[in-house]
Amino acid sequence: MSSLSDSERSNARLGLWLFGLYTLLYLGFVLISAFSASTMETKVVAGLNLAIVYGFALIIIALVMALAYGVLCRPEPAGGQAAPPTAAADTEAADPQDGEDGGREQ
Amino acid sequence: MIYDPSPIAVLVFFVFVGATVGLSFFLGRKAKSSAGYFAAHGQIPWAVNGVAFAGDYLSAASFLGICGMIASYGYDGFLYSIGFLAGWIVALFVIAEPMKRLGKFTFADALDSTFDSRGIKAAAGVSTLVVSVFYLIPQMVGAGSLIQPLLGFPHWVGVVLVGIVVITIVVTAGMVSTTWVQFLKGSLLVLFSAILVVLLLGRGFVASPDAFETLGPISPTEAGGATIAGRQVLPAEGGWQEFPELVRLADPEGGFDLYRSQPIEGGQVLLRQAQAITDADGVLLVDGAPRGRGEGEKELRPVGRLSELPEGQESTGPLGPVSFFTTLSESKVVLWRNLTVNHSDGTKTTVYYQKPTDGNEVLRPGEHPKFAGIRGESLIGKLNFLSLMLALFCGTASLPHILIRYYTVKDGAAARKSTIVGIASIGFFYVLTLYLGLGAMTSGAMDLTDSNMAAPLLARSINTWLFAIISAIAFTTVLGTVSGLILASSGAVAHDLMVGVFGVELPEGKKVRVAKISAVIVGIIAIFLGILFKELNVGYLVGWAFSVAASANLPALVMLLFWKGTTRQGIIASVLVGMVSSLGWILLSSDTYKSVYGLDPESAWAPFSQPGIVTIPLAFLTLIVVSLATRSDSGSNPLATD
Repeated sequence: MSSLSDSERSNARLGLWLFGLYTLLYLGFVLISAFSASTMETKVVAGLNLAIVYGFALIIIALVMALAYGVLCRPEPAGGQAAPPTAAADTEAADPQDGEDGGREQ
Repeated sequence: MIYDPSPIAVLVFFVFVGATVGLSFFLGRKAKSSAGYFAAHGQIPWAVNGVAFAGDYLSAASFLGICGMIASYGYDGFLYSIGFLAGWIVALFVIAEPMKRLGKFTFADALDSTFDSRGIKAAAGVSTLVVSVFYLIPQMVGAGSLIQPLLGFPHWVGVVLVGIVVITIVVTAGMVSTTWVQFLKGSLLVLFSAILVVLLLGRGFVASPDAFETLGPISPTEAGGATIAGRQVLPAEGGWQEFPELVRLADPEGGFDLYRSQPIEGGQVLLRQAQAITDADGVLLVDGAPRGRGEGEKELRPVGRLSELPEGQESTGPLGPVSFFTTLSESKVVLWRNLTVNHSDGTKTTVYYQKPTDGNEVLRPGEHPKFAGIRGESLIGKLNFLSLMLALFCGTASLPHILIRYYTVKDGAAARKSTIVGIASIGFFYVLTLYLGLGAMTSGAMDLTDSNMAAPLLARSINTWLFAIISAIAFTTVLGTVSGLILASSGAVAHDLMVGVFGVELPEGKKVRVAKISAVIVGIIAIFLGILFKELNVGYLVGWAFSVAASANLPALVMLLFWKGTTRQGIIASVLVGMVSSLGWILLSSDTYKSVYGLDPESAWAPFSQPGIVTIPLAFLTLIVVSLATRSDSGSNPLATD
């Protein structure tokens, strides 16, 4: 398991971008709550206050981002093990990791 | 207990538990090898595993603790929901796929995958054990408080019962049956919570008449007189002297009626009825009379109502998901708070009094005493809040019973898909918690002595069958989470410590046997701790477990994946420093002083009670410093992606 395949690498990069984005949103919520709690009482949409709108939004955005990640991720080589970037699917049987993995699945 | 056990509830309960145990016997027959016992042969379908994530994760703390906290204090409990869900983002985007790629059975496997070091196995194994046991305590406490009203048994019977059932499940079956039990329980929990919310919205809000008496308005001098409204005032002797606002009127049938005077406009006061419960050497007195329903006995009354709806309506009729909040924000709610009267003979009286509150105020953060810091000026209170939110964010992805679930699916893609399914079910459930909690707050069915029962009691106020089903699901929720945790700890003992650290050569069958023996031992320890800590708040204890998990496990895991300079010694030091510092901080915090040791909270060492904001960075820093110092004697870390 020394190196990652291209698709695993790009998936990991995508994951980190989405993670950074969500962290900023979460940080915004926590900082407003901690340092300006009264802002959370402001009515923003349809008579709902910021606390409820932001809170629900954090949950819904988490789901949307998770789904987006699921759709955008590139498929890994079969078995999901660390095939070298250049390895095609048919050379994988030679990878000792796959042997172990196959045994585990029996 | 303010309500009688119902035969339907008992019946449904035993059917549920019986079916759960039966299912695990049936599924467990096949699991003989280590791969089967610890990781279900990696053959669980990802969709099932995803719902099982929800089953593992939505523990007693989520269902009982969060709903209870929202029902007593409003929005603040929902902060836990938000933090618990946000943690899954870390799990999905950063941890899930590498965990699956690196490990075999346990979290220590993943940490140790490049170094093959006994030290790492030992540190990770011990931290798995510590976090699991910490997380087990609130689950056991929750189980005890569920059993009490449901079946009428004492608290400890509930704890022992959970312990025995769970040990049976884990010993007979391992990961296959644990997963299926979690799947069933997770789907039932989300489904029935949704049904409950639909029924709740269909019922709408009702402004109920006050079941408690209010005297006045009268002048303050009159309130201090020897008789009020023609009734005799009991003199304030002993501990009562410290609370001049509490007025006791003699009750000719025994005991007293308690009132708390609250100033209103124009210099007058109102006397609102309160309730008192005294523990006198094991004998419970309610409002000065023996507790019970017979003649001359008194019982605490259920509470929770809206005193006023917008535009003077009596009831709103069916509400939508948005108008539920807008209506509540324009209404007035009667919340209850408590205070403790200490008598000179060592007995204590807990007084519950009414606190009329604007609907607006239960829909914003900062009402709960633990969160009130964010409305104050002091930085310490704000830091405590930030610290908790950080621990919730980082904790999910480092919980051992969540981490082991990544080994039950076939590959990284399946790990990713099942995490997405998990996020969907868990997120949906957490949206429901706000409705359930606020619904319970206004249901008129709340038990003042046990906020953990808010959600089941809300169900009871709608339909007895629903109460029975919800309680049984809540109980299997505990069963499921506890079995996952015990499985994670038995894996740590058998796989990481025995084989990895002490070098004991165990053939396949023996390894499973050692794991099963450790499961029994951890289960027995959990039973004892559950009985010992029964006074502590379930949701709060879970916050601590998250802090320890986040401080001990997350820094090592993240740095191993993303920093080439990470060394073996760095990982060991980081796990140990994170674990010891967060545990130490918790043991020296004011909350532990107050509720565990019974000492003066002012004398506590730790400046605030949530350690995360200090100990998580500390563990990162330790890893970096130690790795830099020991860089020469091990090669660069080949796992890091950059």
